[in-house]
Amino acid sequence: MAELDQKVNLPDFPEYQTEDGRLKIFGFWVFLAAEVVLFSTLFATYLVFKDQTAGGPTAKDLFEVKEFMAETLILLTSSFTCGLATLKMRLGQKKGVLMWMGLTLLLGLGFMVMEIGEFIKYVGEGATIGTSAFLSAFYVLLSTHGVHVSLGILWVSLLLIQVVKRGLTPITSRKLFIAGLYWHFLDVVWIFVFTAVYLTGLVS
Amino acid sequence: MSQQKQASAKHHVAGYAFSLVLTFVALFVALYTSLPASVKLIGIVVLAILQMVVQLIYFMHVTEGSKIYQLLSLGYGIFVAIVVVAGSIWIMLYNTMTQ
Repeated sequence: MAELDQKVNLPDFPEYQTEDGRLKIFGFWVFLAAEVVLFSTLFATYLVFKDQTAGGPTAKDLFEVKEFMAETLILLTSSFTCGLATLKMRLGQKKGVLMWMGLTLLLGLGFMVMEIGEFIKYVGEGATIGTSAFLSAFYVLLSTHGVHVSLGILWVSLLLIQVVKRGLTPITSRKLFIAGLYWHFLDVVWIFVFTAVYLTGLVS
Repeated sequence: MSQQKQASAKHHVAGYAFSLVLTFVALFVALYTSLPASVKLIGIVVLAILQMVVQLIYFMHVTEGSKIYQLLSLGYGIFVAIVVVAGSIWIMLYNTMTQ
């Protein structure tokens, strides 16, 4: 296991070393642009229906500051630890990558546990996906984000197994960088959920 | 080169600090000030956009790689997103006004 601590002899910015790596990273940015559009349609639907509560619970009845702030801080912190993992990847420190990405995964899991707990609580209060247009749009938007986070957890877990087996190469480095981009993107989407859903819900 | 990499550890901590500050300022503006609702909404949207810029620059390294093409495709995605979101709200605003 001593090789884990060893600094691998990698070029600077290993993820951009090959034409293939550069193109795949650019391709992933194009994918993220498409994801921006996907989420925008769900945000538009939510914002149009947010006051159509059909006599059911409203945003003010449901949302609790402590809960959504905890979720937001967990995700922001996971974005930071994921950024540190990218930094360690560029330094060629495999152990650092595994530690920070592992921590990112734990924070991601913590976020999912909190979000599922929130949904269960809301359903217990009579706020199901079928209660009103507001809640249908709410659950679809938040679950789409939640599914993305869950897939991210699975993706990064598999990727870390590959890093353990193959070490940090230009190829695994590029994969780590792209998975990092995905994770940060999910944090950006959550910032807009935090703003457009939770804060807006408590303002108006 | 190694110095440049060392500097970027501070870079990440700065990005994290900015994102925490922006989050708490948004929470404070939305819940603990007595500004009119429209001013609060504009304020928190501006803070969210700043937050996105922080993530893009500090964590997503948007200025590296195929910089221009990345920014162009992302910019186009954001343009479509704004048209979809603002356009939907605009149309539905007139819809409820005529009821």
